[in-house]
Amino acid sequence: MTAQLALSQLLNGLQLGVLLFLLAAGLTLVFGIMSFVNLAHGSLYMLGAYFGAAAFAHTESFLLAVVAAVVGAGIVGLLLDRFALTSLYQRDHLDQVLATFGLILFFNELIRIIWGPSSVFMQAPEALSSTVDIFGFTYPSYRLAIIGVGIAVALGLYLLIQKTRVGMLIRAGATHANMVAALGINIKWLNTWVFALGAALAGLAGVMAGPIVSVQPGMGEPVLILTLVVIIIGGLGSIRGAFLAALIVGVVDTLGRAFMPTLMRTLFERSTADAAGPALASMLIYLFMAVVLAVKPQGLFPASTSVTR
Amino acid sequence: MHKLVIALIAAGCVSGAAFAQTAPLKIGFVAELSGPQAPLGQDQFDALMLLIEQNGGKLGGVPVQIIKEDSQLKPDVANQVVDKLLEKDKVQIITGVTFSNVMMAVHKKITDKGVFLIGSNAGPSPIAGAQCSPYFFSTSWQNDNQAEVVGKFASDKGYKNVIAMAPNYQAGKDFVSGFKRTFKGGTVTDEIYTPLNQQDFSAELAQVASKKPDALYIFYPGGLGVNFVKQFQQAGLNKSITVMSTSTVDGSTLPALRDAALGMLSGTFWGPDFPNEANQKFVAAFEKKYNRIPSQYAAQSYDAAQLLDSAIRKVKGKIDDKKAFHAALKAADFKSIRGNFKFGSNQFPVQDMYMFDVAKDSKGRVSLRTVAKPLVNHVDAYAASCVMKAL
Repeated sequence: MTAQLALSQLLNGLQLGVLLFLLAAGLTLVFGIMSFVNLAHGSLYMLGAYFGAAAFAHTESFLLAVVAAVVGAGIVGLLLDRFALTSLYQRDHLDQVLATFGLILFFNELIRIIWGPSSVFMQAPEALSSTVDIFGFTYPSYRLAIIGVGIAVALGLYLLIQKTRVGMLIRAGATHANMVAALGINIKWLNTWVFALGAALAGLAGVMAGPIVSVQPGMGEPVLILTLVVIIIGGLGSIRGAFLAALIVGVVDTLGRAFMPTLMRTLFERSTADAAGPALASMLIYLFMAVVLAVKPQGLFPASTSVTR
Repeated sequence: MHKLVIALIAAGCVSGAAFAQTAPLKIGFVAELSGPQAPLGQDQFDALMLLIEQNGGKLGGVPVQIIKEDSQLKPDVANQVVDKLLEKDKVQIITGVTFSNVMMAVHKKITDKGVFLIGSNAGPSPIAGAQCSPYFFSTSWQNDNQAEVVGKFASDKGYKNVIAMAPNYQAGKDFVSGFKRTFKGGTVTDEIYTPLNQQDFSAELAQVASKKPDALYIFYPGGLGVNFVKQFQQAGLNKSITVMSTSTVDGSTLPALRDAALGMLSGTFWGPDFPNEANQKFVAAFEKKYNRIPSQYAAQSYDAAQLLDSAIRKVKGKIDDKKAFHAALKAADFKSIRGNFKFGSNQFPVQDMYMFDVAKDSKGRVSLRTVAKPLVNHVDAYAASCVMKAL
């Protein structure tokens, strides 16, 4: 193993991490602030990818694809919040899980009816479709762009939540919803916008992932599971936690996959190692989550104030 | 009065006979029609219906009714829909079946009942070997064939150092071992198995790049293949490493990949560019009706439909005479769109296997192009262990 290989695997981990962050940010806000379990978050990711692919097919412009994905997913989020989910906020978490699981099935079928069961075409913009040389190894420039976008969004969210009036209201609404309402703020609308923001970020994640993964019905589910792991490790409702946990999960998962099988081969004979290595590598983040849950049930980086309903 | 009654009964008999004449022959169709692997089942269905439509709703001159069932890639669901086809619809013929695990779940149940099963995709090894049945015919391949042809091709090319990659489940391991069976003169230096639900291969691709193999052998069906090929191309590896594949770049994934897949190699039994007349007609008709290039899954199913057409015609629709119908099926008296076609002792095809590369076709679309025929009249490795019972 060379230093270049290790570095390129680290970049791979970071790239997976920031993509997970885009999803986790919205999910953790909705989870932490509205105490709402939204399993359909993965569907918004899928919708983002499809909106992006459709816009790309018509305009050949990746920028417009991104706009279509973000705005489209945001609008779907807005409509979902207003019409489908509004009566669920006061209900039990189990009801929310069931209802949003139903939404997953609904959206998968809807996408299949509109776009068919096959993957649809989506590619990276021309300018980012090659590789760049960093310290003597080549790395796909599109993946670097994802890292850049992810960090920019993280920074933007930090400023929004910590430095603006809206951010202050969001933070206040999370802990003292009644007090904020008493001060004349329409907390329902605030929550709606938070939900739409989360949806738009999921849409952004979807369109950014489009050139890397297969855009097909059901593409949101595997990534949703990783996202749930991220917000559990990071601590519910914490953007900072989501960011750091996403990077940790991305890097741990990638390095595990990259080096675990080789490591196993030095410890066991080849056939055993080939069987156990990949299995263990894919379990690594779940083991990590289990340890975090056992040691720090609030997550590694919980939101600064405790969230109560 | 008495005469009138007799006349009425006679009239009833006549109309009853007429009714029996026009009642269509029921054929069950089972495939994956929902979920991520639905494109495969859809192509199987569309090709079957294409031939029936070309024949004016008939197979072998007999009107047919296709009862379509979705097995959802779940063996338990497959069992339920097959029970329904056997018990309620009382079909005598079932065709389709997409995945090997589904095939293993329903094969015995169908053939034990004396119902003919014409598999048009999955060909798991037990059915080709010890569990072979006179009621089962395959118009596709035994699973290993599609890997063996790639192994032979790699040997012919003189590749010395090959890395194999596949999802970590039974089929993934079967394909890699099939590849190794015919790959001589070089070594598989590494075998990388990724979890079946893994979407991102960046870590594995970085490993592969650092090891600089002559070629890569991969099996990533459906959406996994789309992920893999996109990421491989973005990593710039397509310039330095040859990719040989099974069920990865095919008619079901190329529309989503386009130029990203150019130059990749794939081993199978049929390609849309085959010049034989039957194939040219099939491809043109399929494209006209469905507005896409047919995949190999469509081709297999079209041949299944042609096989049924020929056999039903031979027995003049009297499929109740199972012995005669079996002989008619075994004769395989039709013009396969793959060219050479006959059944071996285990009722799997004995056929030529080809290599294709991804290239632009005459209309500028990304498609498969024939590059080599590494295996001629290939018999699968399990035929020897099949003791076929007489019907």
